[in-house]
Amino acid sequence: MSENNAAAWQALTGRAGERAALLGTEGLPTRRVEAWHYTPLQSLNGVAWQAAPALDEAAVKQRVDALNLPAHDGLLVFANGRFCKSLSHLPACMDVQEYGDGAAVPALLAGRFSAGLNAALRQPGARLHVPAKTDAGLIVMISLTEGEGVSTHLHHSITLEEDARLSLLDIQLGEGQYLTNPQMDVHCADRAHFSHITHQAESREAARLGIISARIGERSNYDSFTLNQGGGVARQEVVSQLSGPFSNTNVNAIQLVDGNRLNDLSSMIHHASPDCTSRQTVRTVLSENGQGVFQGKILVDQIAQKTDGYQMNQALLLSEKAQMNSKPELEIYADDVKCSHGATVGALDEDQLFYLRSRGVLEEQARDMLVQAFLLETVELVEHESLRDYLLKALPGHV
Amino acid sequence: MSDFLKIEGLKAQIDADGTPKEILKGLDLTIPKGEVHAIMGPNGSGKSTLSYVLAGREDYEVTGGSAHFKGQDLLELEPEERAALGVFLAFQSPVELPGVNNANFLRTAVNAVRKARGEEELDAVSFLKLAREETSRLSMSGEMLKRAVNVGFSGGEKKRNEVLQMRLLKPSLAILDETDSGLDIDALRIVADGVNSLRGPDFSSLVITHHQRLLDYIVPDRVHVMAHGRIIHSGGPEVASLLEKQGYKQFLEAAA
Repeated sequence: MSENNAAAWQALTGRAGERAALLGTEGLPTRRVEAWHYTPLQSLNGVAWQAAPALDEAAVKQRVDALNLPAHDGLLVFANGRFCKSLSHLPACMDVQEYGDGAAVPALLAGRFSAGLNAALRQPGARLHVPAKTDAGLIVMISLTEGEGVSTHLHHSITLEEDARLSLLDIQLGEGQYLTNPQMDVHCADRAHFSHITHQAESREAARLGIISARIGERSNYDSFTLNQGGGVARQEVVSQLSGPFSNTNVNAIQLVDGNRLNDLSSMIHHASPDCTSRQTVRTVLSENGQGVFQGKILVDQIAQKTDGYQMNQALLLSEKAQMNSKPELEIYADDVKCSHGATVGALDEDQLFYLRSRGVLEEQARDMLVQAFLLETVELVEHESLRDYLLKALPGHV
Repeated sequence: MSDFLKIEGLKAQIDADGTPKEILKGLDLTIPKGEVHAIMGPNGSGKSTLSYVLAGREDYEVTGGSAHFKGQDLLELEPEERAALGVFLAFQSPVELPGVNNANFLRTAVNAVRKARGEEELDAVSFLKLAREETSRLSMSGEMLKRAVNVGFSGGEKKRNEVLQMRLLKPSLAILDETDSGLDIDALRIVADGVNSLRGPDFSSLVITHHQRLLDYIVPDRVHVMAHGRIIHSGGPEVASLLEKQGYKQFLEAAA
C-alpha cells in the first residue's frame, strides 16, 4: 500500500488544507527515509488523526495539581493543544505575545518532517519574550493531551533578549492513543542564558514527534536537557545553531525505554561561528523489548575555527530483546577544531552486581542502584538544583 | 553444633573460552564456631575460587560436593541471602561503583542485612553516626563516605573500605581473600585490628593469604595448605612459619 493512501495521510492533509504542501507528497516517513530509518512511522498510518477536542478545565486543573512541581515563577498550561489561561500565570517581567499566523518552517528546520507537519497543522502555543537584562526565573509549561485518534501541533516561540535568563521545565504528558507534534523555536540574543528541560512523559500508546530549533547569539548559552521516557514511538529532535562567537549549547538527554516502546533523540549541533563549545551526553536505559535511537550530528562550518565539541552516547541494555541504534556523525569543514565523540552499548556489569549482592543488597535493588548510578552523572549536568531534584524523582527506583 | 562451616568434597568449574575448567577438585574444610582458619597455597591452587563459590558468584559452576553454614545449604542461597546469614567476603580487588555514593551504598547494605535478620533499619542520622565512628577507628578520612564506592581509592583505601563494610555488616563468617596484598605495614595492622576486633565465640573467619606476615597479626587457630583444588595439609599456626621458611615443595611432594 502506498503510504500516501493511508488513513493518517488523508486525514492530516485534509486538515492542513492549503498548507498540505508543507507535508510533501511522500506520506509519513518510512524506513527508506534515512532520517527515519530507525524510527519508521508506519504504525501511525492506520489512524485518521482528528483535531483534539477541548478538555474540561476542572479536570485539567486536577491533573496539574497532582504533579509534584518544583517552586516556579510562572506556569503555562496547555490542554489538547489549547492554552488554559485560567490555570496559567507569568512573572510580571514577561509577556505572552499575540500569536501570528506565520506558518513557515524556520530555515533551521527545513526538510525535517516533524517541522513540516507542525507548520501544516500549527496551533498557537507559548510565545514568550524575556526582555533584556531580565532574569525570568523558572517557568513550568505543561502540555496535557487526552483522547483516542486525535493530534495536537503546538508551536512555541521563546525569545531571550540580550543578557536575559530563563529556565523552562517543559512537561508533556497524557492519556490515550494520540499524536503530539510540538515545535519550539528558540532565539537567544547575545549573552542570554536559557536552560530548557523537556520531560517527555506521554502516554505509552501515544506517538510524539517533537522538534526544537535554537539560534544562539554571541556568548549566549542554550542548555537543553531531555528526559525521554514516554510515548509508544517518540522522537525528540533538537537543532541547535551556534550563530555567534563564544556561544555554547548543551544537548543532553536521558532515555528510559521499556515495554514495546521506542524513544529517539535526534540532534544537529551546528557550529556556524568560531570559538563556540558544544556538549552532548545521551544515556539510554533499555529494558524488555524497548528500542532506543540516538542520531547525533555535529556540523562545523569552515568559519567555525576553535570549535570545541564533545559528544558521548551510552546505552545500558537490561534485556536481551532490547535494541539500541546509535548514529553519531561529525561533519567538519574547519581545520582548527577539537571534537571528541564516543559511544558504548552494554549490559550491567556482573562484577558490580555481585559486589552489591554480596553485601546483602537484593538483586532488584542492586540493579536499580546501578541503573541510577549510570544516569546520575547525566542528571548532574543540569545546573538548576530544583530541576535536578525534579528529574531524579522521575527516574525509576529513586530513593 | 560446633561445625559452623562444613565443606565436603566440593568441586567447581569455570567456563574457560567454551571448555569447562575444573578448579576445585573435591575440597574438604571444616571451621568450627569462633575459630579463625587460614588457607595458604601457591598461585592457581583455587583459593580465590573457593571464596567466590562460598559467596555465591554465578560464573562458577558447582559440580559436586556440598557447603553448609549454620546447618544451611549455602550453595542453594542467593549471594544476598548468604550475606544476611552472616557470610562476608572481603574482595581481593574490590570493584569500583561510579555514581554510587559510598555512604548510601553502606547504608543500603547495612539496612538490607538488618531487615533480613529481623533487626530494625537505621535512619540516616544514626547510620552516619555509626559510619563516622567506624571510619575513624580504621583511620579513614570521612571524605571517603562522600565519594563514589572505591572510585579513585588507593589500594590501601579500598581494603580499608572492605574492612569498614565488614565491621558494619557484622558477619559471623568473614572470608578475607588476600586482603593483605598491596598493603603497607600500617594499613596491614589496621586491617588486622578490624578483623581481630570482631573475634569472639560467634565469629569465624577464613583468611586466604600468600604470606605469613598477615598471620603475625591475625593469629589463626588452624592453617590449611591448598594445592590443585584441594586441602593437602592442615595444622596449627606453626605451618605458616614452616611454609615461609621452606616453601610449598614438601607439602606438594607429600600429597603427590
